[in-house]
Amino acid sequence: MTLLNIENLTVEYPSRHGSFKAVSGANLALEPGEIHGLVGESGAGKSTVGAAILGLLEAPGHISSGEITLRSRAISGLDSAAMQSLRGKTISMIFQDPLTSLNPLIKVGEQLTETIITHLGVSQQQAHQRALDLLDRVGIPDPALRLNQFPHQFSGGMRQRVVIALALCSEPDVIIADEPTTALDVAVQAQILDLIKDLAAERQVGVILITHDMGVIADTTDRVTVMYQGQVVETGPTKTVMGQPQHPYTQSLIAAVPRPQVKLRRFSQVSYGGRDTRFAIEDLARNWPKATPSDGPLLSVRNLTKKFPIAKSLIPGRSKWLTAVDDISFDINSGDVFGIVGESGSGKSTVARLISGLYPLNGGTVHFDGALVSDPKDKAAQQNFRRDIQMIFQDPYSSLNPRMRVLDIIAEPIRHHTTRNSHDLTPRVHELLDQVGLGKSAAAKYPHEFSGGQRQRISIARALATQPRFLICDEPTSALDVSIQAQILNILKDLQDHLGLTLLFISHDLPVVRQMCDRVAVMKQGKLLELQDTQALFTTPKTAYTQELLGLMPRLDGLSTQGLDLR
Amino acid sequence: MVSFLIRRVLQAGLVLLVVGLVAFSMFNFVGDPIDNMLGQERTQADIDRLRAQLGLDQPFVIQYWTFLTNAAEGNFGVSYRQGRPVSEIIAERAPATLELATVSALFAMSMGVILGIFTAIRRKGVLAHVIMSASLIGVSLPTFLIGILLIYLFSVELDWLPSFGRGEVTQVGAWSTGFLTSSGLKALVLPSITLGLFQMTLIMRLVRSEMLEVLRQDYIRFARARGLSERTINFRHALRNTLVPVITVTGLQLGSIIAFAIITETVFQWPGVGLLFINAVQFVDIPVMAAYLMLISVMFVTINLIVDILYVAIDPRLRT
Repeated sequence: MTLLNIENLTVEYPSRHGSFKAVSGANLALEPGEIHGLVGESGAGKSTVGAAILGLLEAPGHISSGEITLRSRAISGLDSAAMQSLRGKTISMIFQDPLTSLNPLIKVGEQLTETIITHLGVSQQQAHQRALDLLDRVGIPDPALRLNQFPHQFSGGMRQRVVIALALCSEPDVIIADEPTTALDVAVQAQILDLIKDLAAERQVGVILITHDMGVIADTTDRVTVMYQGQVVETGPTKTVMGQPQHPYTQSLIAAVPRPQVKLRRFSQVSYGGRDTRFAIEDLARNWPKATPSDGPLLSVRNLTKKFPIAKSLIPGRSKWLTAVDDISFDINSGDVFGIVGESGSGKSTVARLISGLYPLNGGTVHFDGALVSDPKDKAAQQNFRRDIQMIFQDPYSSLNPRMRVLDIIAEPIRHHTTRNSHDLTPRVHELLDQVGLGKSAAAKYPHEFSGGQRQRISIARALATQPRFLICDEPTSALDVSIQAQILNILKDLQDHLGLTLLFISHDLPVVRQMCDRVAVMKQGKLLELQDTQALFTTPKTAYTQELLGLMPRLDGLSTQGLDLR
Repeated sequence: MVSFLIRRVLQAGLVLLVVGLVAFSMFNFVGDPIDNMLGQERTQADIDRLRAQLGLDQPFVIQYWTFLTNAAEGNFGVSYRQGRPVSEIIAERAPATLELATVSALFAMSMGVILGIFTAIRRKGVLAHVIMSASLIGVSLPTFLIGILLIYLFSVELDWLPSFGRGEVTQVGAWSTGFLTSSGLKALVLPSITLGLFQMTLIMRLVRSEMLEVLRQDYIRFARARGLSERTINFRHALRNTLVPVITVTGLQLGSIIAFAIITETVFQWPGVGLLFINAVQFVDIPVMAAYLMLISVMFVTINLIVDILYVAIDPRLRT
């Protein structure tokens, strides 16, 4: 018997300007023990489906038509008391970010027992025992000690295990997992997905796995439903949908997934639905100053070291320090894309910040184009260096000042670094905006009026404003959808090809690194483990850690190769 | 944790030393007390005698040291105006102000938190809108006007509550309290409301906005998805997370309740240290002013120290 059935579901958000249909006419059937993937880009309505099942739609959103049934019993349209008794008891939910889904001020044990008592009505002691069993079940070592700790004392992966334990408190029949591994490292992601697979098999729980990650879908799910702009465009067994996608949207979505095995000339973009992907690289290249190539590496880093205090003490000797970057040296040649990969906490972002001077060094030197630029006393050298080096940050939402117009955001570095008067500034900004494909009209707007991909284009325009020679890209696409990711990565490739820019590319996403980089450094716990040409690193890794990382990449063997721009 | 506490106590001590210096320098820079104390008929011998008696002929550093050591023992010298030890005068007046401040702080905190939670949870309700609009009036009216309005309504028109003074007080050791008699309690009502109204609205608005912010957080959504009851979510999960910023502001506000009780004390003829301070300023009674300054700064510093400790008690993330 079908466990959960969604029939013709339509969710509407009424507003002054008419009603917005977040989901229209969606169908989905979930069997016991099945992991059902729900995939699509942001805004496709997949999270809305999850919220609608639990009756957690944000007002004024509501189910305007259709029916959700659980074991043939209608659950859409139940009153709030009946819905509350269902939530957590029969249907549980796991959220994306384990860092924010636990109350930071309440002990993990208390959060577990209060949930258990709410649903099972057992005594405090029985609840405590059950909490112990649950933590043990989700693979948290030493549960008795862990129950007495606060969420901040757990790592990201451990917290997501706690969240799963919370979702399991009352033996639910259905678990809705909304991007459960997006915020986690690859290694941890694999463990959490294994745990979810085990639970589904062992307890016949039906799991709806909402994600934008094709790799996760291919590795984990039994069936998959693809959503696009609120509508289900394709559904079927995962192997069939991934291997022979029928709908043109699914085809272009799969083509846009970065492949770990083959190197492509360009990233394939999601073409479905007519998107503006224009990027006027030729215009940009015409007025770009030709740098005189010098001998030797463009950027040379020696014995870079950074320590952060983790426990301060009045007695200096008793303060504890974390060595975030430990004696790292490397060279980046002019025109190269140099990648740094590693898990979170490996120190890769710290390296970027040390090079750009955002953090003061605790040791080591940075040379740019043969000149020492890491001496804090040499202001002139630093000033010149800063014009030549620009950064693109991970989060396009927080890296643009929300109270500044795009015009001022892009003009700011020009004002700071050149003597251009404000007369010439506006045409220059307009030119840049045209070149990154946003158009002149964008100058008068504020950042919140743009989507994530458009904001990242604004960041790129800002970075190009001073005509730099070196770009630091710190996880530039990890907050973006697969289709937008392809656009941004292609822009970066163009910058390297046509303008001769040198890139430092930091990422945890190995397939992307394989496509982007010429040479790759692997970091772990602040140390540089190995440094190789990309091809060599992926085929003959030198260290066990790199092998392990490569082994955790999604295989994606069954994925359709239709529409790929093979070299 | 221990090093954190030691650091904070050392900082508090430093603040008190600086305030002590300011208080002390008043003796040298705000007028010549001898002029004020002796009338027109003074002789040079009178002046010299009084100068020596008050220790004003000593060098600066020695005077400062004497001031500090005496202050540490609670001895602030003799009031120029009343000719009595300042500590005695303050001890007489302090209970009135402290009782008023305590009652109005309790009123401000309890009502502020309760109304703040209410207006946050029933954000769209009619009553919440009424409270929010009324609170705007509370913030915009000056304290003395509220006091006068309350006196007019409850003392003059309705004749329910006294309009001035502390009522009957009972002596408990050195402390004179108004808590033990009904007239003393009645007398507290109007001045406490007058003094606490502004702080109450402030706390209420702060709790409301913090609460709305917290209710949007993921862990509240997750708590709801786990099927916890609304009451558990609001009071157990949300309220605790609003407390840290609320405590910061409340701590600072409590200090100002004590420090700025002057207006309320004037309106209600309340025999507290505020009134004493006003009189002292008028007569350039420097020992009283200095003692008052020290007293207020000790309270501010103590309250802030308690606030810092409370942070750590509430937020486990600060303990490591």
